[in-house]
Amino acid sequence: MARRELPEINAGSMADIAFLLLIFFLVTTTMDVDSGLSRKLPPIPEETTEKPPEIKERNVFIVLINSKNQLQVEGKLMRIEDLKKSAKEFVENPADKKNLPEKEAKDIPFFGNYMVSKGVVSLQNDRGTSYETYIAVQNELIAAYNELRNELAQRRFGKAFSDCNEDQQKAIKKIYPQRISEAEPKNIGGK
Amino acid sequence: MAKFQRKGKGGTPAISTASLPDIVFMLLFFFMVTTVMRETDLMIKVNVPYATEIKKLEKKSLVSYIYIGEPKEQYQRKFGTEPRIQLNGQFASVNDIILFITSERQAHDENEVPLLTTSLKVDGKTKMGIITDVKQELRKCSALKINYSTKKGTKP
Repeated sequence: MARRELPEINAGSMADIAFLLLIFFLVTTTMDVDSGLSRKLPPIPEETTEKPPEIKERNVFIVLINSKNQLQVEGKLMRIEDLKKSAKEFVENPADKKNLPEKEAKDIPFFGNYMVSKGVVSLQNDRGTSYETYIAVQNELIAAYNELRNELAQRRFGKAFSDCNEDQQKAIKKIYPQRISEAEPKNIGGK
Repeated sequence: MAKFQRKGKGGTPAISTASLPDIVFMLLFFFMVTTVMRETDLMIKVNVPYATEIKKLEKKSLVSYIYIGEPKEQYQRKFGTEPRIQLNGQFASVNDIILFITSERQAHDENEVPLLTTSLKVDGKTKMGIITDVKQELRKCSALKINYSTKKGTKP
């Protein structure tokens, strides 16, 4: 008996099947990469620890947000757009003003003896502040630090902060540590 | 005089579509690998605010999510319109957060615990009061790494 040849399976519809699956996954895929502002909360202080070290008034940059989403910086009303500039000026204190933060000489790799600002940003909001405003303010403060770091990296290494290697980034972070402290919120504006 | 002769029949030859399934399969596998099916159904409206200084969250398996916002319309009759907290697909109160974090920790390896991040997906219109309470709870169980989920860009 002659052997019958196996008929070849028609693969013409393979493309259709693959397309069907493809479209299914295309529709169900969510490509959203989660991103946001990374922060670190302060640990709850232990009761045994002594009082926190006192910080001089000139070293603190006080940012207050009230329940009407208004911004008060160092005793004056300010728009969010101006916050970054004034935060940068505060941290850097280019003219060594008496009312802006002190500087302290520190030994830092790549830079040698560098005058590091002792400035701390203190942020306090009301319980009625909207989250949107809060994030906008946080964003501006982080942007101020990022810009300072970038400028320094540009000056010293001739490249952006993100392009520097790990040691260089560490050194710059030592010069401009992100010191944003958040006070317990007030409840003045009601709920 | 030279004659131009057409070679063979006129028209362009048909392009072979034999490799089409391969191409489609390649795309298919790409999407299959990158797809993340959303595990939780959102019961609240979350429209996160905009920010520019954002960082990507790496290692999604190490991230636990806390959603805060106004309940969606179909839940408003039961839960009202005040912003609520959602953990793992159900409404929760502030006191449940410690339990939630503990169970997240138990689900992970011991040496991964310090790397766990809590992502706060909060609606832009929410008031800070409830967020502060959540942050206090997180501090209590020392889940200190947090990430305020935002969209990239400035507010239009």
